[in-house]
Amino acid sequence: MSVDLATVKRVAHLARIAVPEADLPRLQGELNAILGFVEQLNEVDVSGVEPLTSVTPMAMKQREDIVTDGEIADTIVANAPASDDNYFMVPKVIE
Amino acid sequence: MTDLTRLTLTEAREGLKAKTFSATELTTAHIAAIEKARALNAYVLETPEHALTQAAASDAKLAKGQGGPLEGLPLGIKDLFATKGVRTTACSNILGNFVPPYESTVSGQLWRDGAVMLGKLNNDEFAMGSSNETSAFGAVVNPWRRKGSNVGAGATGAVEGAHLVPGGSSGGSASAVAADLCLAATATDTGGSIRQPAAFTGTVGIKPTYGRCSRWGIVAFASSLDQAGPIGKTVRDCAAMLGSMAGHDPKDTTSVDTAVPDYEKAVGRSVKGMKIGIPREYRLDGLNAEIEALWQQGIDWLKAAGAEIVEISLPHTKYALPAYYIVAPAEASSNLARYDGVRYGLREPGRDIAEMYEKTRAEGFGAEVKRRIMIGTYVLSAGYYDAYYLKAQKVRTLIKRDFDEAYAAGIDAVLTPATPSAAFGIGEKGSSDPVEMYLNDIFTVTVNMAGLPGLAVPAGLDRQGLPLGLQLIGRPFDEETLFSLGQVIEDAAGRFPVAERWWG
Repeated sequence: MSVDLATVKRVAHLARIAVPEADLPRLQGELNAILGFVEQLNEVDVSGVEPLTSVTPMAMKQREDIVTDGEIADTIVANAPASDDNYFMVPKVIE
Repeated sequence: MTDLTRLTLTEAREGLKAKTFSATELTTAHIAAIEKARALNAYVLETPEHALTQAAASDAKLAKGQGGPLEGLPLGIKDLFATKGVRTTACSNILGNFVPPYESTVSGQLWRDGAVMLGKLNNDEFAMGSSNETSAFGAVVNPWRRKGSNVGAGATGAVEGAHLVPGGSSGGSASAVAADLCLAATATDTGGSIRQPAAFTGTVGIKPTYGRCSRWGIVAFASSLDQAGPIGKTVRDCAAMLGSMAGHDPKDTTSVDTAVPDYEKAVGRSVKGMKIGIPREYRLDGLNAEIEALWQQGIDWLKAAGAEIVEISLPHTKYALPAYYIVAPAEASSNLARYDGVRYGLREPGRDIAEMYEKTRAEGFGAEVKRRIMIGTYVLSAGYYDAYYLKAQKVRTLIKRDFDEAYAAGIDAVLTPATPSAAFGIGEKGSSDPVEMYLNDIFTVTVNMAGLPGLAVPAGLDRQGLPLGLQLIGRPFDEETLFSLGQVIEDAAGRFPVAERWWG
């Protein structure tokens, strides 16, 4: 499978990465090189094979359902590019 | 006094215990070496004051006959590990000046055991790369040079000439250990990022079994593949480091709750009667003759130590790399969704929130990271999930099954080359076709796909005078066998310190 320019544009938008029009053909070439490389997986018969979900067979641990952390709002927003009164600030979302 | 930076980690430990020198002297020697080696670009942040404070505390403990297993030993930390109050960037512009208010579990265990932090080490951006060329802080220089190379330290302190890459993504860790800029370093490995740079720099590196070290507080790349491990000067040094880095952590649900063995006890243990698998699928067409000869040498050494050599088959080897280039980007695209300019790091203003996201991510991520996020986004997008991601995870089951069957048949460990070549020059690979660079991980990536432990140990020099490494792959949670076998190779091959400090 290979991707066309429209698909590259759509994927860039899905990934929330602004890509200038001029860069799309180069990116298309690189993505198609990778997709071409992974094409060899079509040779493998995977009928009846379960997908791997965990490399180590282990039961998930459960912990007590209690509050163990928190009350550190100042610390949490300390690295934010914009915050006010312990809220993260973003551009207006709803008019 | 002898040059303290030339000591191995475990030699330095004995020296401190015997009070031959102090932790402050040891740390000061390393700080001076780092200052002289800035041209290598191994450190992205030096923390000398922090180091000297820790060293003074260690000296106080050592004077009283106290202290942890790594008391007073100066280390470098890959910039992927969150360090409390110390800038952590994953070598990406998108993390900007992120200062974590918490410590990663693995680094925290090193400080618990008395180690000293010299600074943060360079790596490929978000650990995505095999040459350390994708770092936002620029490429790292390999302290090794080809015979007759024109590479040298220029008048400005920058390196002149076409230098070699140290491998990646843990290129700063490998370069720093090889150049004696720390006694050992932390590193991470998602597809070969500990073992390939170790092989390129004549150092030793181990990627432990998935789940052996906690991933908490390490910047995530591909969560089902990422594992932390050490790069050191010797097999024994790596064993000592792993003993402190490993262990159960309730904050990582994939961290395994089993006791950490005394890995150093396995170093020097007899390997007599062990069955070593030689996978025929690793004899690639066109495999470099020197790599082939090195592999045979490794086989002969293990045989001489009493191990039994058995040819085995791992039929799905060939599909590990293509499956990896679906699984890893898919997980990366999901993990890296968090970098959106809201909670930390870079923000580029936009007319609305969507434009803010798109401009922030376009500005903050480098080319290789963008490429992988986009591949990941594509293979997970509606209509393609089954054809790519699900298929790759099924192939992964088959890759793991190959190893399971070999181990069930009595194989104790598998011996392979670590890399298909010695270190290459900066800019030599992957400029037009990203797959060319990806092929560097052809021998290492299967190990991550199956969650197994893998050790890279230097075993010889090629005709350019550059180090080459062998890889030992073990059973799940049997790192001890790898340390025993690795020591046999180290004893036979000798160590590979960089002869000349040409950089400063």
